[in-house]
Amino acid sequence: MSDAAPLSAVQMAAAVRAGERTAADLVDESLARIGRRDGEVHAFLHVAADEARAAAAEVDVMAAAGRDPGPLAGVPVALKDNLCTRGLPTTCASKILQGWRPPYDATVVERLRAAGAVVVGKTNLDEFAMGSSTENSGFGPTRHPRDPSRVPGGSSGGSAAAVAAGYVPVGLGSDTGGSVRQPAALCGTVGVKPTYGVVSRYGLVAFASSLDQIGPITTCVADAAVVLEVIGGHDPRDSTSLAGPPPRITEALGRGVDGLRVGVCRELVDGTAPDVAARVAEAAEALASSGASVEEVSVPEMRYGLSAYYLIAPAEASSNLARYDGARYGLRVDAEDVAGMNTATRTAGFGAEVKRRIMLGTYALSAGYYDAYYGKAQRVRTLLIDAFARAYARVDVLVGATAPTTAFPLGDRVDDPMAMYMSDVCTIPSNLAGHPAISVPFGEGDDGMPVGVQVLAPALHEERMFQVAAVVERAAHQRSGSPQGGRS
Amino acid sequence: MSGWETVVGLEVHCELRTRTKLFCSCRNAFGDEPNTNVCPVCLGLPGSLPVLNEQAVELAMRIGAALGAEVRPSTFHRKNYFYPDMPKDYQISQYDEPINVGGHLDLPDGSRVGIVRAHLEEDTGKTSHVGRAGRIHAADYSLVDYNRSGVPLVEIVSEPDIRSAAQARLYAAELQRVLVATGASDGRMEEGSMRVDANVSVRRAGSPVLGTRCEIKNLNSLRSLRAAVEFEAARQVVLLEAGDRVAQETRHWDEQAGRTLAMRSKEEAFDYRYFLEPDLVPLEPDPAWRDRAAAAVGMLPGARRSRLAGLLDAPGPSQADQIEALIDQGLDDLVVVAVAAGAPAALAMARAANELASSMEAAVAMDGGAFAALVVLEGQGRLTATQSKAVLAEMLASGGGDPVAIAAAKGFESLPDDALRDVVGGVIEANPQEWSRLCGGEDKLTGFFTGQVMKATGGKADGKAVAAELRRRRG
Repeated sequence: MSDAAPLSAVQMAAAVRAGERTAADLVDESLARIGRRDGEVHAFLHVAADEARAAAAEVDVMAAAGRDPGPLAGVPVALKDNLCTRGLPTTCASKILQGWRPPYDATVVERLRAAGAVVVGKTNLDEFAMGSSTENSGFGPTRHPRDPSRVPGGSSGGSAAAVAAGYVPVGLGSDTGGSVRQPAALCGTVGVKPTYGVVSRYGLVAFASSLDQIGPITTCVADAAVVLEVIGGHDPRDSTSLAGPPPRITEALGRGVDGLRVGVCRELVDGTAPDVAARVAEAAEALASSGASVEEVSVPEMRYGLSAYYLIAPAEASSNLARYDGARYGLRVDAEDVAGMNTATRTAGFGAEVKRRIMLGTYALSAGYYDAYYGKAQRVRTLLIDAFARAYARVDVLVGATAPTTAFPLGDRVDDPMAMYMSDVCTIPSNLAGHPAISVPFGEGDDGMPVGVQVLAPALHEERMFQVAAVVERAAHQRSGSPQGGRS
Repeated sequence: MSGWETVVGLEVHCELRTRTKLFCSCRNAFGDEPNTNVCPVCLGLPGSLPVLNEQAVELAMRIGAALGAEVRPSTFHRKNYFYPDMPKDYQISQYDEPINVGGHLDLPDGSRVGIVRAHLEEDTGKTSHVGRAGRIHAADYSLVDYNRSGVPLVEIVSEPDIRSAAQARLYAAELQRVLVATGASDGRMEEGSMRVDANVSVRRAGSPVLGTRCEIKNLNSLRSLRAAVEFEAARQVVLLEAGDRVAQETRHWDEQAGRTLAMRSKEEAFDYRYFLEPDLVPLEPDPAWRDRAAAAVGMLPGARRSRLAGLLDAPGPSQADQIEALIDQGLDDLVVVAVAAGAPAALAMARAANELASSMEAAVAMDGGAFAALVVLEGQGRLTATQSKAVLAEMLASGGGDPVAIAAAKGFESLPDDALRDVVGGVIEANPQEWSRLCGGEDKLTGFFTGQVMKATGGKADGKAVAAELRRRRG
């Protein structure tokens, strides 16, 4: 990062609320950083400069009038381009949605705006969030801000790179099998996948509906907590959204881990690169020296997670992506009849990975195969949830790696889908179980690239998860000797 | 057709009369400007999500209660197939766990048809194919109106218990009455609120095995249903008698040509790839809600029928027709009120079924007390049949009124008994030959004398009173 480390979101909002900074300045600085660097990084598919300046001006008017512009006052945010934004392009990095402008904002976008945050643009992703490197974008890959020859991870690679490059302190991503946590880990940022149902999916373009959750990508744990409090909570427009008030997390950040039981999950360490495994071990030691009891735990059923995921997610995707048929919006390739138009449009509009997953999913749901594939995968999911429950009878949280390796070179895995799919092996179990998990930067690998340590918790135990994450983050800072700001 | 038995099962789609659509808050209304009652959800825009309409669940449970079904915890599935009138390219429908399971419908002819299920699902948009035959193949272009997209439907699936085209029609007509009684639907087939698909097969009389069936789609009137089933059964018998086989296929009823035509063959059969809709949660209405829904069901046609029949000693065939007419026209309450106010039941039914039916709007709005008063007057002989009909016509035309006042204004009053006796005596004196023939047993001359008396009184005499006076004088 060539720029000086910018303020955290919490610091920015505090400065705007105190009248020390204006939202207009913060947004202009963010736009300037994007302008300087994003030609190379390509984190953004669309920068909404005019809209951002207008929104910032409104925040400043509010602040000047003595009204509270909200907990994210003036904070520039980047949105993964599968989150609907009224009047702004929303493409899912697919040519099939090129030019489409939704007539509505996703619930999370409404809530961010209501909290004073300013949307500066829409970020790159693997097409329809299908991928682990952001190379599957229909509009070109995103590069790692620290080493442009490497991928930022994915599918929320654009949001992770935007935060890692210092453009914005907050990005939103979506996490179906690790798409927030894995790029967060590879980019050296914090990434959260909340409990399924904590954050409304209304306005998130669906990939796999029973797994998708929106989550924040930030420079520090405290910012992630504030953002999750803003975007979380019941939404009547999403039937799977959980009842009850938004999660309360921030007050748990300073509680420490004294007396907590931490399980180092063997399945989240075995099979990861030695340098990654070493960082996990160091994080566990740090937790032990902070007063937690640490033991090794095994959840063997996690080994079936990847297989179950690659049946369930493509099956749901094959149905969710049927609507891109050329009839109503986005790309249309004309043909002699309706079926011909559907085929020509989808052939031209979808990339190879999306087509692969639609075919996999269609097959898995076919009459005669349903029980053997989709049905069995759902039963594996139940077994996994039971296995997690047994583990959580012994420990309060699990820790492990977020990704098996650090950021890999561009092009390294594009011709080997299985190798690419393995990038998500540590993150998928939480999606299948619907549990929360967070990735916290913890040192570097042998190649100097960031490593993420993952903290997993039982459903709706975000508070406990953040409590542990804050200690891991503190240990990481002590380890590198950098006092780094960001914690209020 | 002799030696063959027709077997029919019907699938009836009924649009629910909810204020809003099944999964969004768009207006559920027929006939609005195309594509005005739409939003991201019912247009299937990326990122939109369905939220189940509570009122639709309530109405579905009412239908279940009316059919004697078991109302159960249920789930929604996605039925995947591509069609431009379906914005998500899947339909959200109930599959293996429908809200209503089992039940039956009793028909007016005394037969009973079993119900398999009555489940909730969303309607599609409406496509109009422009040019050529109005069919999608070879159309110049097609227009889609998404106002109907997401309108709540209950699909009622019968057992294959129906044995004739006439019974199929009877079932659909009775189901229509039941749906209206529940308040769940207006049952208007002409507006597509109720649409019927018929599964038809034939088999040798006495055979326990079902034949290969064909499904006839989208029959939009009771007449089409009957004609299509009749045609299809005959077509299958001809095939089988010629030693051919019936191909299982979906057929379309061509109203003009009066025949069914193959729509798509088995080769193109869809694999709908059903799976549990991940955007919705299981539906588990609590028992109190189920009970409230059942209690909201109005009086069902079967009960209405027995209520009217119970007013008569032994209903004749013409009265059975009157009962059906009164129920269809919703005039049975009026009759019940009139009878309770002292009107003779047979007369009240006849007047309501024959006279009121000519002016339905006014009839439905008619004050029960006024109607009762009129029938009581006629029943007591204070108005003749002709006079009574005239007063009723005036009440319908003027939107009500007091029958006594209208009769007086028209100069209607029955002759006093002594005046009638004088007139009858005068007529007999003027026609001595006819009178002796009547006394000699030529009963048909009663009509002649009645006519002469009516003529002499300007129609004020009561026909029954005249007949009684003639009988008295014959001794």
